Amino acid sequence: MNIILPFQSLGKNALTFLRELGQMGLFLALNLYYMIFPPYLPSRIIKQIHFIGVKSLPIVILTGLFTGMVLTLQVYYVLVTVGAESSVGSVTALSLIRELGPVITALMVTGRAGSALTAQLGIMRISDQIDALDAMALNPHKYLIIPNLIAGIICLPLLTAIFVVVGIWGGHLVGVELTGLATGTYYGAIADSILFKDLTLCFYKSLSFGLLITWISCYKGFFAGLKSHFGAEGVSRATTEAVVLSSVVVLIWDYILTSILLFA
Amino acid sequence: MIKIIDVHKNFGEHTVLKGVHLEIKKGQIVALIGGSGKGKSVLLKSVIGLLKPDSGQVLIHQQDISRLSGKKLKKIKEQLGIVFQSAALFDSLTVFENIAFPLKEKTKLSFSQIKEKVAQELANVDLKGCEEKYPAQLSGGMKKRVALARCLVMDPEAILFDEPTTGLDPIITNTIHQLIKRLQQKRNLTALIVSHEIPTIFNIVDKVAMLHEGEILSVGTPEEFIASDNPTIRRFLKGEIE
Repeated sequence: MNIILPFQSLGKNALTFLRELGQMGLFLALNLYYMIFPPYLPSRIIKQIHFIGVKSLPIVILTGLFTGMVLTLQVYYVLVTVGAESSVGSVTALSLIRELGPVITALMVTGRAGSALTAQLGIMRISDQIDALDAMALNPHKYLIIPNLIAGIICLPLLTAIFVVVGIWGGHLVGVELTGLATGTYYGAIADSILFKDLTLCFYKSLSFGLLITWISCYKGFFAGLKSHFGAEGVSRATTEAVVLSSVVVLIWDYILTSILLFA
Repeated sequence: MIKIIDVHKNFGEHTVLKGVHLEIKKGQIVALIGGSGKGKSVLLKSVIGLLKPDSGQVLIHQQDISRLSGKKLKKIKEQLGIVFQSAALFDSLTVFENIAFPLKEKTKLSFSQIKEKVAQELANVDLKGCEEKYPAQLSGGMKKRVALARCLVMDPEAILFDEPTTGLDPIITNTIHQLIKRLQQKRNLTALIVSHEIPTIFNIVDKVAMLHEGEILSVGTPEEFIASDNPTIRRFLKGEIE
């Protein structure tokens, strides 16, 4: 009997995981379907763009600046030993555009906006505000989910672009102002090494991260406190799960997308 | 107006409703009583379409709400309103914005017309001058009245109340009961009230239905309930433990 127990538990967990995955897929499909039909609620989309995008700007600029600075510092001290310091700009820019820009921006937005979205929706769920919308014959997905999905898709590529530009400027501060590299060398290397393919990779990554973060955060918040953990504990658990899952999924999806697009 | 026929509802292996039958005629106020956690709120949510029964029918004007979707469901829902136990006010919106919300989203009224309607409904629930307050700045009784005003603003035919006076003092409880009665008389509203305020709720209702072990044990006038010989009803009314 005892030998079977671990397998039972494994099977149960696997089924729970698959069920959750299916529910998440259905949730996204339902929202994409509702997206087609009016009302389109542009004012709500703008409000969420402000919440997810504009309010994330300070943290994105700050992390972008220091990521660019520290990256350039590390790269400079490695390349200078082999006399290749003229490639500092190239390595910094490529790292920022291909990997660090989209990923760190996504992680920052997850921490700042994703967690807030889950908590907000979770509180609305446990205080019957979502049911109240439904009872008014208003579709809660239209008011609470779709504006966030659209805002995420719009904001992440823009925030990533800002992160990359600020990061390159941070690299300039260290590479040119601190270590004495010529401005032309730094920017020339960047111009020579970046291909259009790198920019599209960065764009597709940030676009998909925008969808992933808002999808996971909204799903966790929308169903917070409904299954096994109720009330404030349910909201707290949903928020933690949203942040952890979004971060992990961003990193896994980053690898998958890179391996597909970089070698395609 | 509302006819509940043989409604069953399970949550996993836990059976909540085991074949509920109940009819509420237009203009009637019906109290739904019964022990806590016995499925009264589940029944209420099934009536307004927030939960789908596993089997049975919930007829609103002869249309089964549990089998409707799209525009037909929307139309039926517009004839109903619900005041939740928690009031369920949108906490980031002011009282004015809360009441104006359904008007703004579902009608083409101008801002001045909306303002006028909101003021009118706030006066109906005796809450004039509270427009700019947020739900967090209101007492429990005020929240319930704002939730009622938010329902009334759309002129529904029936309102469902989920414990509208729980946690309120006897004076506020009586005020809300009288308010419901007054509005019913003024607008010929149909109301289904889930309540534990026994016997005060009996003063305003036409009929009482008791939900016991997933079924409607008895339906009758308040007088019939008070005079009932049924031992379960007698024990419940006296607050005795089974």
